[in-house]
This record gives sequence, C-alpha cells and structure tokens, in this order.
Amino acid sequence: MNVLDVRSMQVHRGARLVVADATFTATRGEIVALMGASGAGKTTILRAIAGLDPIASGTVTIPRPVGMVFQFHHLFANMSAHRNVWLALVHVLKRPREDAERRAQELLVSLGVGDRASAMPHELSGGEAQRVAIARALAIEPRILLMDEPTASLDPARRGDLAATLRQLAREGRTIVIATHDIEFARACAHRALTVDGGRVHVVS
Amino acid sequence: MTSMRWSAAALFVCLVLAPAVSRAQNRPELRWGGDAEGGEPYVVADSSDPSHVVGFDVDIAQLLASGLGRVPRFVQVGFTSIDADAARGDFDVGLSGIEDTPARRARLAVTIPYYEFREVLTVRSSDKDRYRTLADLRGHRVATLGATLAYDLLVDVHAGEGVIPVTYEDDVHPYSDLVVGRVDAVVLDAILAERGVRRNSGLTNQPAVLAVGHYVGILSANQSAVRDRMNVILRDAMRDGRLERILRRWNVWNEDQPRLYARVLSDTSQYPVPASSLASSPPGTEGTAARRYLPALLRAAAITIVLSCLAMALAVIAGALIASGRIYGAAPVRVALIGYVEVIRGTPLLLQLFVLYFGLAAVIQLPAFVAALLGLGLNYAAYESEIYRGALEAIPSGQLEAARTLGLSERQTFFLVRAPQAFRLALAPMTNDFVALLKDSSLVSVITVVELTKETSIFAANVGSWVVPGAMCGALYLAMSLPLARLARRIERGWRRG
Repeated sequence: MNVLDVRSMQVHRGARLVVADATFTATRGEIVALMGASGAGKTTILRAIAGLDPIASGTVTIPRPVGMVFQFHHLFANMSAHRNVWLALVHVLKRPREDAERRAQELLVSLGVGDRASAMPHELSGGEAQRVAIARALAIEPRILLMDEPTASLDPARRGDLAATLRQLAREGRTIVIATHDIEFARACAHRALTVDGGRVHVVS
Repeated sequence: MTSMRWSAAALFVCLVLAPAVSRAQNRPELRWGGDAEGGEPYVVADSSDPSHVVGFDVDIAQLLASGLGRVPRFVQVGFTSIDADAARGDFDVGLSGIEDTPARRARLAVTIPYYEFREVLTVRSSDKDRYRTLADLRGHRVATLGATLAYDLLVDVHAGEGVIPVTYEDDVHPYSDLVVGRVDAVVLDAILAERGVRRNSGLTNQPAVLAVGHYVGILSANQSAVRDRMNVILRDAMRDGRLERILRRWNVWNEDQPRLYARVLSDTSQYPVPASSLASSPPGTEGTAARRYLPALLRAAAITIVLSCLAMALAVIAGALIASGRIYGAAPVRVALIGYVEVIRGTPLLLQLFVLYFGLAAVIQLPAFVAALLGLGLNYAAYESEIYRGALEAIPSGQLEAARTLGLSERQTFFLVRAPQAFRLALAPMTNDFVALLKDSSLVSVITVVELTKETSIFAANVGSWVVPGAMCGALYLAMSLPLARLARRIERGWRRG
C-alpha cells in the first residue's frame, strides 16, 4: 500500500521551473533515496512534499504530520536539545508536559544522544545535532520522514550508524524519503533509489 | 596668465574691502549679547529685515556704543546662558531685559539700572475676583519663566503658601497655557504681562505689585572700568532725556522711571538701588549652594529616571508592535508603519514635544508629564521597532520552517522561537537606546517638566557658574546609566550560559 503518492508534480521558484515532472510512490516501511547532483531539484521535491514550497501542478498524497529533517538541522537555538524535542508535543499535540518530556527523553536515548539532552544546539556536534533533529521530527509521530542530505555533516563511521538507525525506523513501519548525492549511503540503507535530473524523477533499475 | 588673474583678484579685494577694514579699525566694535527670542520690545528680529534686530535694548546698546566711540554689533546668545557667556567674555555687554540680582552682582560687573519693572499677576478674566494675589492661589499651578526674579518669588511663595510653580523656557506659552487652563495664573514682569494680555483674549493683569525689579547691563567681572564708563553714559542719558525718548518709542515709559532716575542720579555709588525688592538668599559659595540644591537635584533625578523607565517601557511595547506589524501585517499596515517610522525618525524630538504639548493643546490638553512620556516613548518606539525588525529578520528562516513542519502556528513560532532569539540580539542596542533616552529626557524641560538638566541649569543660573552644578549633574546621570549597562551585561552573560 502506498503511503506517499506523488504524481506529475511541478514546482516553480520565481519564473524558473525547478521540478518539471516528479512522479513516484513509497510504501509503508520503505526507504526511498532521491539521488542526483546538486541543483537537480532533490531538496525542492522534499520541500514541496512537506508543504514548505507550493506546487504549481500535479498532486501529492501524503499522511500528516510529516517529519522533516533539514540538511542543516535547524534546531531552535534558544532552547536545549530536550526542549527542541518536546516543544511540539506540548504546544501542537497538547500532551501533558511531563509525558512530553518523558517521551522526548526516550527518543533521545533511542537515538544515542540521551546524555546530551540539556545541551544547547551550539554545543552539539554535527552528528549529535542531526540525531536531535531526527528525534524532534519523530516526536510528532509522523508516518513518513523526509531527510535532506542526512550525511552531509557526518564522518564515515557515523554514516554507518545513521544507516542502521534508519533501517530500524523503517522496520518499525515508517516510510523514509532521503534526498542525497551519497551513493554509498543510499546503497547501504535504501530499498529503492530514484534519480533526479533536471527536475525529473527517473526510476533506476 | 594665472598670475595675472591672481593680481586682479588681489586688487579687487584691496579696493572693495580696504575701506571697510579701515572703518572698523577707526571705530572698534562694541559686541553686545542678547536673545532675539526674547521678542518685542526688548530685542527682536526686524520684520522688514530679519538679519537686523530692533527693540529698546538694541537702542540702549547703540546709546552705550556711541558714548564709547564704538560701533555696536549684536551677538545672539541664549537667555538662560547669558551670565555664563558674559563671564567668558563672549561679548562686551549683555542687554536683554536682564534682571539685577545679588547673584549677578557677586559674579559679574553690573551697570546701574536703566529700567524699573513690576512683577504682576495675570489671571483669566473669569477668575479676576477669585485670584487677586498669590495667597489666593494655594495649591494652584502658577507659570513663570525659569531663572528669573519671578521664579525666585514663586519658589519662595511655594515654600510658604503652597503655590505650585511651573517654569517655561519662553514667555509666550505661559499665557497661552493660562488661556487653555493648564495653569491658573502667570507671574512675570509687567512688560511681558501687558504683551501677554494684548495677544491673548480673556486675560487680565491684577493691579497688585508682587515685587519690583530692574533691568541692567552685565559685563565680565574684570571689565569694571568699562562698566563705570557705561554708568556715566547711562546717567547722562537719564539727565538729558535720551533714555526717556528710547523707552517712549517702545511704549514702556511709565511713572516709575522718573522716580528711578531721580534715585540713581542723586546717588553716585556703584549700586544706587537694591538688587531687587525681593529678599533673595545670598549667593554664597558654590559649596554651600551645592548643599542647598542637592535635594532639588535628587528630586529632579528621580523624575528623570521615572520618566525614562516609563518612556522606555512604552517604546519597547510600541516598538515590538510596530516591528511585528511590519513583518506580519497586511500591505496597508506595513505602509502606514513605515510612514510612522520615517516621520518620527526624520523630525526632531524637540519639535514632536512642542506639537504634542502646545500644538495639540486646542484639541487635547495633555498634562506635561504625560506629554513628555508620550513624546519620548513614541519617538524611541520608532528606533526600537527598527532594532526589533532587524533582529526578527536575522533569525534563520530554516528554524521557522522547522517550526512549520512540526505544526506550530505562526503565533506559536513567533513567541516560542523567533521573538526570544530576536530579543537576545536586540538587547545590546536596546541598552544603548535606553542610555540615550535617559539623556534625551532633558529635552522635556521645554514643556515645563523640571528634570535633572533643567534643575541643574536653574542651579547654575543661581550660582552663576556651571562647574559644580555640571559636575553634580554629570555624576547623577552616570549613577543612573552605569548600573543599567551592568545589568544588561549580566543578562547577556546569563543567556549565553543558556
């Protein structure tokens, strides 16, 4: 069963057509990699699916909420790692503060950064910040997780850890779409790879 | 070719300027200081040629200059600083309706008086029978000009009879504020009172004389020889009727003057008449004066700090609203707010205070403190809004998008993510603005609020020196601004620790 269904999606940036034709699907528990060179339109496809950029034509069917992990993480700089994770639980899902804090701590522990809960974002390393960003995205219980260039700030050893983490999340039933130009990483974790070139998505055999 | 052109130019300069130079060398100048803002009939810009001044003080300067064989030249000085200018020697003699006081006699060379005036009470005609003397005005606001005999009179009465003195920087607005009801009476000399009643309908001068004073010329203390020569010239002019002709020409001659002249001519001592009929406290040394003025300075400092804190609070709230409106508002709101910020930043605060207090008086009569608070607060709001807008726009858009994907509303994103970070960025420039506001608050003295700088200038006028008053005033401002800067640094450090 398809969790994500993108059909003939076009996205403009100003007058420029950045995504000419994106058509692809992803099923429950599947990891799909969108591959391509810088400027090919990978990030824009993710942003349009997440609702951050408006689509000009076509359709996107996606279950809300959507978990999004940005290339540069974009943690809220004025609060601790822990609060970054529980903020939406309290203010969007209206969970009691105590429950939210406990759940946030569980997520941080499961991603291996439980001991960094009280750190401010500027005190975290690239890998730690990314794990906190994943925990923040997962806190709102999304069925689908979108990740933009997740290996950009990681050394090779950390890339292996991240691949394992993503496969575990997929096993738990989440659908994951990754935009990356890192072929090794895509091979290590994705079930399926699609190439993006000139704003078009192609199926790779 | 070039040298020929130079020679021609040099010749031209010699032919045109040489006679003027030689004339000036033949007859040296008598530089005399006055304040053309003082207006008719003292010193006022000539309506047919605003570069010239006219008035009875101008004619008296001419009289003194010709007696000394000199050419008079007018030097514009502010009325409240005229003593300090005389002491510094910025001009040879000051003539601008300057009152004879013990403080002036102690610190400057003062001429014999050339005019006697009465301090009178002006009230609204409808109150004519209610307020006949100052004793009837217990608990009421009475206006006057700062650093004058009338002010001393009011302060003494204030102590004894409970009159609330309100000081103005000029002699026009006391009367217009009397008409609109901001004050219930004005005490000033009869010349100004006559003019006030002539220009504003519905006012009456009470016949009772509150005090008698005299106008004199003032010179630097080391110029007593010149002063003595001026006294001879003035006495001659009293005898031969030249002084009377001048005063008649300006419609200020009255029966008090012949009596004054008789006393002055019969007594050839340096000071033939007392400084004023008012028993003014002796000037004393600056040290004793400092002790006497310290409570008043501390009270004025309290007004400065309270006014500044309230105005800053208003500026922060209004500034935050303006900044939010400029970022999140609809196009018409944004245009209106940009207009507000540009108008406020592009015009002087002084002008805004005048408009708020005097300009709007016909529509709404704001109390002086409220007008000062609004003027300062709304002016600084324009500057604060630009700081906040810059700070809000400095927050990376990625964080705002992350908030959107988490499902936070625009409002939640603003209060939980954007504003707290922007506030940290804005803190240092805000502290800077608060210190600037603290000092700009001195401008509100033009709308009758007596804050620290105004109280200091009254103090300085009384002792005739700015050294001790200036040092005390500066120390009080520093005592207020330094802890503020420290507090801001402490908050910033706390935030950095997270």
